[in-house]
Amino acid sequence: MHFVVCIKQVPDSAQIRVHPVTNTIMRQGVPTIINPYDLFSLEEALRWRDKVGGEVTVLTMGPPMAADSLRKALTIGADRAVLLTDRFFAGSDTLATSFALSAALQKISDTFGKIDIVFCGKQTIDGDTAQVGPGIAKRLNLEQITYVSAVNEVNGDNGTVTLERRSEGGVQVLKTNLPAMITMLEGSNTVRRGRIDDALRAARAQIVTWSAKDAGIEDVTKCGLRGSPTVVKKVFAPTPRAEKAALVELGETPRDSAEALIEAIFAKTPKIEDDLVKLASGF
Amino acid sequence: MPAYKAPLRDMRYALYDVMGYDDLTKLPGYEDFDRDTVDAVLEEAAKLCEEVLAPLNSSGDAEGCHYENGVVRTPKGFKEAYDTFRDGGWTSLACAPQYGGQGMPVSVNALVEEMICSSNLSFGMYPGLSHGAYKALHAFGSKDLQDAYLPKMVDGTWSGTMCMTEPHCGTDLGQMRTKAVPQEDGSFRLTGTKIFISAGEHDLTENIVHLVLAKIPGGPKGTKGVSLFLVPKFLPDAQGRPGERNGVRCGSIEHKMGIKASSTCVMNFDDAKGFLVGEEHKGMKAMFTMMNTARLGVGVQGLGLAEASYQGAVAYAKDRLQGRALSGAKFLEKAADPIIVHPDVRRMLLTQRAYIEGCRALGMWTAKSIDTYRMHPDPAERTKADDFVAVITPVIKAFFTDMGFEATNIGVQVFGGHGYIRDNGMEQFVRDARITQIYEGANGIQGLDLIGRKMAAHAGRYLRTVFHPISEYVEANKAKPELADFVGPLQKAFGRLQQATMHVARASMARPDEAGAASTDYLRLFALTVLAFMWARMAEISLPHADSDPFHKAKVMTARFYMERLLPQTGALFSTISAGSKTMMAFEEAAF
Repeated sequence: MHFVVCIKQVPDSAQIRVHPVTNTIMRQGVPTIINPYDLFSLEEALRWRDKVGGEVTVLTMGPPMAADSLRKALTIGADRAVLLTDRFFAGSDTLATSFALSAALQKISDTFGKIDIVFCGKQTIDGDTAQVGPGIAKRLNLEQITYVSAVNEVNGDNGTVTLERRSEGGVQVLKTNLPAMITMLEGSNTVRRGRIDDALRAARAQIVTWSAKDAGIEDVTKCGLRGSPTVVKKVFAPTPRAEKAALVELGETPRDSAEALIEAIFAKTPKIEDDLVKLASGF
Repeated sequence: MPAYKAPLRDMRYALYDVMGYDDLTKLPGYEDFDRDTVDAVLEEAAKLCEEVLAPLNSSGDAEGCHYENGVVRTPKGFKEAYDTFRDGGWTSLACAPQYGGQGMPVSVNALVEEMICSSNLSFGMYPGLSHGAYKALHAFGSKDLQDAYLPKMVDGTWSGTMCMTEPHCGTDLGQMRTKAVPQEDGSFRLTGTKIFISAGEHDLTENIVHLVLAKIPGGPKGTKGVSLFLVPKFLPDAQGRPGERNGVRCGSIEHKMGIKASSTCVMNFDDAKGFLVGEEHKGMKAMFTMMNTARLGVGVQGLGLAEASYQGAVAYAKDRLQGRALSGAKFLEKAADPIIVHPDVRRMLLTQRAYIEGCRALGMWTAKSIDTYRMHPDPAERTKADDFVAVITPVIKAFFTDMGFEATNIGVQVFGGHGYIRDNGMEQFVRDARITQIYEGANGIQGLDLIGRKMAAHAGRYLRTVFHPISEYVEANKAKPELADFVGPLQKAFGRLQQATMHVARASMARPDEAGAASTDYLRLFALTVLAFMWARMAEISLPHADSDPFHKAKVMTARFYMERLLPQTGALFSTISAGSKTMMAFEEAAF
């Protein structure tokens, strides 16, 4: 089976700083990592490859230095890495990104074998949109299952996948046809440790590098800034709220505590009782 | 517990910038190990050490090993950690590709070893001993023995030991009593007792391969009659799997001051089947191949423990609020200033740091020489590299471990009472460090090795591999004003070392006790001077970047600290060396 995992190289948010004037992220000198959510998808793909056989290809779009992240994915155990890089891709929003990635996925399918499952991260830690995976699913007409907490079965014989999806109020157990696009929830598995021979293989691996043209994209106006209808109007840091939380000391009994709390509320907003009564009389 | 973070930036600096790693990738066999490859290995090693080995350090110390009826159980979690270690391929890092190894340069392996020692020295003993046994077998074993044992030792399914010490002989192996009686099939039967055998028995691997020194009856007396044998716990069957149980058993384990999770065993050989490794009566030579590597490895243990202690001490010094700075409060918003504001705390931290980073650089110079010796096509280059390793080995073993003990002690001092109690993990580093000054040749013996064997050998040829680079460096750089603060002190210390060398050489020719009286101080003087050379070079490398990069700025400042506050010890050492042996040797034995 052929599993493809889309990953993104992101700045390590634990070490990030925001420019005090422009409010943009200061990327300089900040180490990059694989988007942590993507790792759960990579691990799930590797597990199923180990179980049912096949290959795991990792794909990313980004500047040439994004190859570092692909090598890390190879170290963790992926078999092949594809880097989609071109100046036309600069400034892509989620619409343009899913367009470019879909083209690359099609090319991967044509070149290295038909894709059974595309895994994407649930979201990224820098953009947080959670739109690229679904965008790909729509464009490539894949069954779309997001927020997956467990993949129970991948059946190559009848071309189905059975999995558990976290939804409001419970867990859905779903079965659907392949090919599919899956995004894994964080904590759904434990990412494996790289083996030394994988690390050596990764360091020496040839990363398959494609430009827009290589990926078969003819209409570059759908890529990058030109293909991105999203406009950032303004970036700002939220102003801290003026009101401060206040501590209410616990009384000896729950009743004492509750009374102390009510007293504190009345002290702060003496009219609250009248307001509430007025509000209630309206019903 | 102090959280260990592998000092990757400093390791890369020592490897790439100071040591000049790229030279090694030009050697045949190392072409594939470019920086990207090395970085990937170091990063993965760091993760393994930080996430798997370090969390077991304290619990392993508290629990120790368990002995029952000849069976040794390692502390909770060690088996799983070893499986992870082995599955990741880490036992094979520096082994030969023909037996499944990765063939990684020794330099890179040394950095990985440092990380292992920082995070969990007791754990590191098991693969460490295996690697020593691997090396001896790889260098001296017959093809049949190598084919039967090396692949499993390389992939970590089987482990190894080195069995030398007996109850009545440690340093003086000529007194050995373990016997090896030749059999008709070419094998031997070994009988005797070995003590202090690290990893002699444990539950981490399915078989244990002991390399044992023993005497064949009727052979020459003393160390000239010692041969080396391979004695497996289980004799391999026809398929190469562990078969018949051999007559080697663990009689008990020692209860020790430190490295408690490493099993230190009494091994009883009772008519155990063994196979000769190398030639009859040439066992000491084979064993010394292992010993030299092991001595460098023990030096790295001292370095690793010092690094772990330093990291703990720095974190605590920044966090612990106590009193105010002498020059007035620095953190008014806090109840008190963190103790890092105090000059004496800074003295302690910088002492640790200057020793650690200096030793790391010297370690890399040495590792590069080992790699050069292993791989260089030019025999002259190989000889030069080997000469350097010969002279620096005792220095690294003794100085790195003395430094490790000093530095870990400082770590406790920074913590105050909180360092003395067990909860914070700082006292464990001291206890673990203590053995490194003793095993693989006590540090006193290293001093004798340096003065007695290495200094005089080939009319000072070994010594020149250290002295010439230093004098050339001083000559080339002494006129540069920007380096004056570094090259000046180096030149002065080097002068003392040269004088002390002449003095000791002359005096000991007349009275052999003079060499013994000077040896420990001489070794320290030697080490401090070589470290000054390392610091001068690091200052030179970092100066151009000091304004733009805090890492390089800290390097230059640490170099300054070393020259001003640590190197002056050489003056006192020079005086004690000059004092000679008289007061010690004239002291009547009865008066002690």
